[in-house]
Amino acid sequence: MESHFNILLVEDEAADACLVRLALRDAETHSELHHVSDGAEALAFVQRREERYATVPRPRLILLDLNMPRMNGREFLRHFRGDTSFNDIPVVVFSTSEYERDKESCFALGANDFVTKPVDIDEFIAAVKGIETRWMQASQIQD
Amino acid sequence: MSNDRPFNILLVEDDPADAFLARTAIRESKLVCDVHHMNDGDKALAFLRKQGSHVDSPRPDLVLLDLNMPGRDGRSVLAEMKKDSGLCDIPVVVLTTSDATSDIKTCYASGANSFVTKPVDLDGFLRAMRSIEDYWFQVVKLPH
Repeated sequence: MESHFNILLVEDEAADACLVRLALRDAETHSELHHVSDGAEALAFVQRREERYATVPRPRLILLDLNMPRMNGREFLRHFRGDTSFNDIPVVVFSTSEYERDKESCFALGANDFVTKPVDIDEFIAAVKGIETRWMQASQIQD
Repeated sequence: MSNDRPFNILLVEDDPADAFLARTAIRESKLVCDVHHMNDGDKALAFLRKQGSHVDSPRPDLVLLDLNMPGRDGRSVLAEMKKDSGLCDIPVVVLTTSDATSDIKTCYASGANSFVTKPVDLDGFLRAMRSIEDYWFQVVKLPH
């Protein structure tokens, strides 16, 4: 059975979210993008806790911004990785940060990869496509 | 096997997606495992030798070793382990995308215990884990 590769994007910047959407549409790989704008919404989404999330699919990949209002990416990771039933969902942190200590702290919290958002739009789009392709392959092997 | 401590696995892998797959395969095996992930060869050796921030690291029961990594690669880690009397008896499963016969031969000659092609071969991973599990069962029957 063919199932969509569902990606949950957790991103408060509308412009960045728009670019990610563009990149994935451009890739024609038929991923399905779901977008929430902070960590608390992301938790509600994966836990299908609220009515509006009652029928959402289980994401195959989470693309996570770090600096967001309400619940930031680190707090999200802490909660998300605290629940072992989500162990099979990879989390790629996609942030403007270039700091090594940010990377290390995210890996320590259970992120599977850390990609710095390129400033250049073309590079940004290429980075999103690269993440999608790599993790889609890994996901197919798991099936 | 006594269940009072987890099976410690050192995973040496620079590719985050492959590392994720390896963890997935390990979770599907029946062993209770602590996976320690290092993303390059130098960090792996520091872990094995309990150097720097790894002073309290456990001695792994098994090393899952990627061959191709930037910096110190898996071949070099394997060679270092096998000439170190404190590390040479830790079983090593080599993980690689390489099917090159020369790589396979070199790794077995260097003391690798098993060779698994990734990432297309998750079943191979699980088989390797099971064979290690069997090995482990036998080893712990020996008097210390």
